[in-house]
Amino acid sequence: MQINAKGMHYRKLNAILKEAAASGVAHFELENVNGQRYLGTGLDRPVEIVVNGVPGNDLGAFMDGPTVIVRGNGQDAIANTMNAGKIVVHGHAGDVLAFGMRGGKLFIKGDVGYRVGIHMKAYNEQVPVVIIGGGAGAFFGEYMAGGVLVLLGLGYAPGQSLIGDYTGTGMHGGAIYIRGKVDPELLGKEVAVFEANAEDRAVLEPHLLEYCQEFGLDPAEINRQPFQKLVPVSHRPYGNLYAY
Amino acid sequence: MGVASQLPPEFIVRVDRERCIRCKRCVVNCGFGALDFRNGVVSDDTKCVACQRCTVVCPERAITIEENRLAYKANAYWTPLARKNILKQAETGGMLLTGMGNDNPYPVYWDHLLIDACQVTNPSIDPLREPMELRTYLGRKPDALSFDLATMIGPQIKLDTPIVFAPMSFGSISLNAHLALARAAQAAGTVMNTGEGGLHKDLYSYGDHIIVQVASGRFGVHSAYLNQGVAVEIKIGQGAKPGIGGHLPGEKVPLEISETRMVPQGTDCLSPAPHHDIYSIEDLSQLIYAIKEATGYSKPVSVKIAAVHNVAAIASGIVRAGADILYIDGFRGGTGAAPTIIRDHVGIPIELALAAVDDRLRQEGIRNQASIIVSGGIRHSGDVAKAIALGADAVAIGTAALVAMGCRICQKCYTNNCSWGIATQRPELVKRLDPDEATEHLVNLLRAWSLELKEILGSLGVNAIESLRGSRERLRGVGLDAQTLEILGVKSAGR
Repeated sequence: MQINAKGMHYRKLNAILKEAAASGVAHFELENVNGQRYLGTGLDRPVEIVVNGVPGNDLGAFMDGPTVIVRGNGQDAIANTMNAGKIVVHGHAGDVLAFGMRGGKLFIKGDVGYRVGIHMKAYNEQVPVVIIGGGAGAFFGEYMAGGVLVLLGLGYAPGQSLIGDYTGTGMHGGAIYIRGKVDPELLGKEVAVFEANAEDRAVLEPHLLEYCQEFGLDPAEINRQPFQKLVPVSHRPYGNLYAY
Repeated sequence: MGVASQLPPEFIVRVDRERCIRCKRCVVNCGFGALDFRNGVVSDDTKCVACQRCTVVCPERAITIEENRLAYKANAYWTPLARKNILKQAETGGMLLTGMGNDNPYPVYWDHLLIDACQVTNPSIDPLREPMELRTYLGRKPDALSFDLATMIGPQIKLDTPIVFAPMSFGSISLNAHLALARAAQAAGTVMNTGEGGLHKDLYSYGDHIIVQVASGRFGVHSAYLNQGVAVEIKIGQGAKPGIGGHLPGEKVPLEISETRMVPQGTDCLSPAPHHDIYSIEDLSQLIYAIKEATGYSKPVSVKIAAVHNVAAIASGIVRAGADILYIDGFRGGTGAAPTIIRDHVGIPIELALAAVDDRLRQEGIRNQASIIVSGGIRHSGDVAKAIALGADAVAIGTAALVAMGCRICQKCYTNNCSWGIATQRPELVKRLDPDEATEHLVNLLRAWSLELKEILGSLGVNAIESLRGSRERLRGVGLDAQTLEILGVKSAGR
């Protein structure tokens, strides 16, 4: 189903999407999208939505199953509290991506802004995976409780930092993988850095393969550089603050 | 540490050995491990929190608990509490934790407000003979009515009495307590609120009487959860700890909490202080509408904040951001765990906050756009009536509901040791709270308060709670200064 979103309010656009999805339409092509918020929000069917243009904030918030392909840049709060599904952005994206994300995948081709991956969490078979082709701003993976966050730094010069300040502050679960070097000055005191070992690479491999397929990249090229792994020092970083 | 604690016991447990029949029920029932049986009941007074479980379960009434009055030599400035806290912090280096609401002797404005009644010049109404309407609808009301019956009204929560249960999470309280609140809400025609901790699968069937909460940790929040309740609430703040996040320690995350919150067993649940997707009123609006999109605009969205200094301006922003219900929690509001220093010194009284917010929304012509729920130390139906006269649409009760279920306000909710099976996840303690009995007590409480509200309405000569709502003319202040009277918008008694 093709929808021309030019000049359409998000509420109308989303109502059309939801109604059509409920009636069995499995594939959508949205044309001329220009800042409409909440695309895919609360959708709980395994439909595929191709967005041509720039979707607005909260793309895929509370989403539970659909696949969204964005042929353009994304804005803020993509995959907010997402439960399942997949979002692929063929461009850069903004702040607060994957906040509280509990499952599914978010692949960004370019760079992302501040506060990405805050409070991501995993539960049983639900393990959210976020892979970012470029770098990220400050507060990356703050309060992270589970899942996998990956920064590839593709196109970054050697020695150029992929992260901002306070990366992994308050982290108490999950893992952050950063390709190339990590400046410890930029990390929160709740994380430790290790070189990713064979076991870690085995965890990463299928996700990276999928990422490369989406964007037509060469996995061998990505794997040429080692990854650093950030893990929480403690699962209870704030356990000793109180007088009982 | 090496050295024994210098903290003297707060309480002394006295067991009348003549009466004691050595049945050991007290020993088994103490959640804090203060009692032992060694050729008779013996106590470790340092562990006693005066939760009164032993005194109640003792079949012979052989136990009394006394305050350890001379533990600290009297001093009007260096109070025993101040010294106890310093000693505890000197020994541990930690922040003081507490449970329940602010118990300090700040002014209680409810107790300086008195309600009007009819005498001679207009008749009172007898609620025993005439119908009295407590029915309350929470949600956005239209800006104007058209008289061709074409006015569209947004989704509303229908309440049979203007009293709802305050948000208390499954985690801070037990599943039996959550179940009792849900059943009582259903039986009494009102709603309970999940708090930040998701909704246990066994409680989904009570969804028509549940407000589901979305807080900064997003625990157990997904599409089905959002759609299960009658309304969705974004929790920004809590009266007991404005601006502070929450830490549910890993030992309070057993299997069922883990399933409900959707986090692994035994991990700490850290709720950050802010929602990291809300740094402004615009961001709040974005989440409000994300929730409306996710629920098909079929449910009112509530925003809960703590009463703080500029609460009126904040409330205006929240209503303009699209909230259908504004929930304000005053500085007496309860908590399962909060830093004591925050609970005792941050926030403002709900009476003043409510009056200021209601005024501001009226002045701006947007009071109809959101209903107001207030909470934070509502102790009886008199407080309820006064809150409604000050402008609230409904009140929420947390502590009062817990007391109805058996809570003795020992303020140790954060220890996981609640001997009454309310604020604990220890299975042997949880099972002490009989959900049937607790439900009955809650329903009784709501019935009793509703009857009293009807008496108050009758004495005021009105026959619907709607007629009292925002009617500050029916209140008078006693012992209040001019500025406080002005903020409350009430005249002094005698005028």
